[in-house]
Amino acid sequence: MLTNKGTRHIIFFFGLLILNYNCSSDDRTHIPKLQPLEIPEIFSDNIIDPIIPSDNPQTKEGIALGKRLFFDNILSANGTKSCASCHSPQNAFTDNAPTSLGIDGIAGTRNSMPLFNMAWNYNERFNWDGKALSLETQAIEPVENPIELHSDWDNVVARLQAHPDYPELFDLAFNTPTITKELTTKAISQFERTLISANSKFDNYLQNQAVLSPQELNGLDIFMREDKGDCFHCHGNPNNPLWTDNDFHNNGLDSQFTDLGLGAVTGDPSDNGKFKSPSLRNLAYSPPYMHDGRFSTLDEVINHYSEGLQNSPTIDPLMKKVDEGGVQLTDQEKADLKLFLLTLTDPSFIANPDFQN
Amino acid sequence: MKKILALLGLIVLVLYSCGEDNDDNQEPQVYTTFEFTHNWDGTLITSINFNAIQYINENGDLLSIERLRYVVSDIIFSNEERTIELDIYNLIDVTNNDMSFTPQEPVPTGTYNVSFTFGLDNEDNSENLIDLNSESFNVPDNLGGGYHYMQLDGKFINSSMEEQGYNYHAIRAVENLGPNATFPQDTFFSVDLGNIVINDNVEVEVEMNIAEWFKTPNLWDLNELNQMLMPNTSAQILMYQNGQNVFSLGNVN
Repeated sequence: MLTNKGTRHIIFFFGLLILNYNCSSDDRTHIPKLQPLEIPEIFSDNIIDPIIPSDNPQTKEGIALGKRLFFDNILSANGTKSCASCHSPQNAFTDNAPTSLGIDGIAGTRNSMPLFNMAWNYNERFNWDGKALSLETQAIEPVENPIELHSDWDNVVARLQAHPDYPELFDLAFNTPTITKELTTKAISQFERTLISANSKFDNYLQNQAVLSPQELNGLDIFMREDKGDCFHCHGNPNNPLWTDNDFHNNGLDSQFTDLGLGAVTGDPSDNGKFKSPSLRNLAYSPPYMHDGRFSTLDEVINHYSEGLQNSPTIDPLMKKVDEGGVQLTDQEKADLKLFLLTLTDPSFIANPDFQN
Repeated sequence: MKKILALLGLIVLVLYSCGEDNDDNQEPQVYTTFEFTHNWDGTLITSINFNAIQYINENGDLLSIERLRYVVSDIIFSNEERTIELDIYNLIDVTNNDMSFTPQEPVPTGTYNVSFTFGLDNEDNSENLIDLNSESFNVPDNLGGGYHYMQLDGKFINSSMEEQGYNYHAIRAVENLGPNATFPQDTFFSVDLGNIVINDNVEVEVEMNIAEWFKTPNLWDLNELNQMLMPNTSAQILMYQNGQNVFSLGNVN
């Protein structure tokens, strides 16, 4: 593990060197300015470094280009929707629909995932089902998905190339005015990696800059007790500010599956019904919940784990008291747990001007 | 001035000569790789064998393994000449096929008694270990804090003939849960691999017989002890006792 961390450092460092060397050796007038992620102290103190691909270092121009692309309807076939249509800043970069509508008004089958702290997804499996194996790869699929932006990459690239601004912006970001699908998704990924949320009430509590109420503290205790909520095994703990293990679990939503989740990706029946554990940050902004948006409120989510579990062959063994439907929290325990979860809300994240259109 | 320069030159020459002598006397340094393999009473287990209910423990419970990861730390090489303690730790993650590591520090060639710690000693367990944090391997503060020593999860067929989850999670045994928790006894333990000849870069296989966690000296009944074992002090001590016979030395290449 230590070796992996060191290797990532080295790869990242040489990525920066190569970029700078290429820029200077080409003798171009504009050199993309490196702009490493500003890692929050609560992250650097507690978890290993983010993953930045060696062939896509963060640059000021790349991030700016990615932001513009993220909010631009030009990526959709009919020019009506952008990434931000389903990943809105005020909703912690998700939307408020159970499943999002594509440009043709057709609803998908999955809830739009909130976007933040993605550079710390160490296993680099993205989407509810882990289908995308990097952030850059993830950004490719929605553009062409018929129930999302329903576009065609050749057409998108042609439109960008013919645009009055984009060729110059790509030149600034990547030292080439020739636009490609790969460079487009690289830029979007650079912007997405800047979406960092680390300034919730609970973050401030950990840094002795906020005080939790007795109810919130009791909620934390329920969260962290194996004989109560036992949330921590999948959703982390105060020493892991991501509040997710970024792993895949069957959390007992269904006894039979209409969506196989990870199982459809791996082809392994033992993965059927498994979906990525989402982060518990910013839940106040990101209802509805679960991969299919079936729960409108946090109360419904907590009730599910308390008495709504459905057994199936692949249910995660970490699910407790499945035969009783769940961990059987009292009404007061549920209320306190909810209050604790809401301390992970980060208002500065959704108000950050760097993240607005 | 000339005398000073001459003196400096002499000192440099002497130091250089001493350095060369030391190099001549140095023993070769080699690297050790530790490869952890897993079996059920001799039958090899990898992640490919996970998820199917196919193993029978000593108590007769039919069970599966779905997740297995554990920490090993503080590798010690000792012989009559020296003791080398590597203050390191590593997460062995069978689920994700991450089962070997090579300490960065080489050791001089020789024959050593080799041992390691299963879990983390109390000093290491009280540190903020960011790579274990990143794996969400922590133990809640209300259970004494620190880290899991092991997570072994799966399902078994219970006495009602239904599949039920189990979480054989080994941690530092704790009593009086809460901010003033106390620790009745240590539950990390040292594993002695015996003497190993290390004359070149070497790969040391360490075998874990998973069945032993359920067997000796305490017959483990999954119908009695299956989940919520972290706050169960006596269960933690039983795990500690059963763990003594779990590891053994495999091939050395």
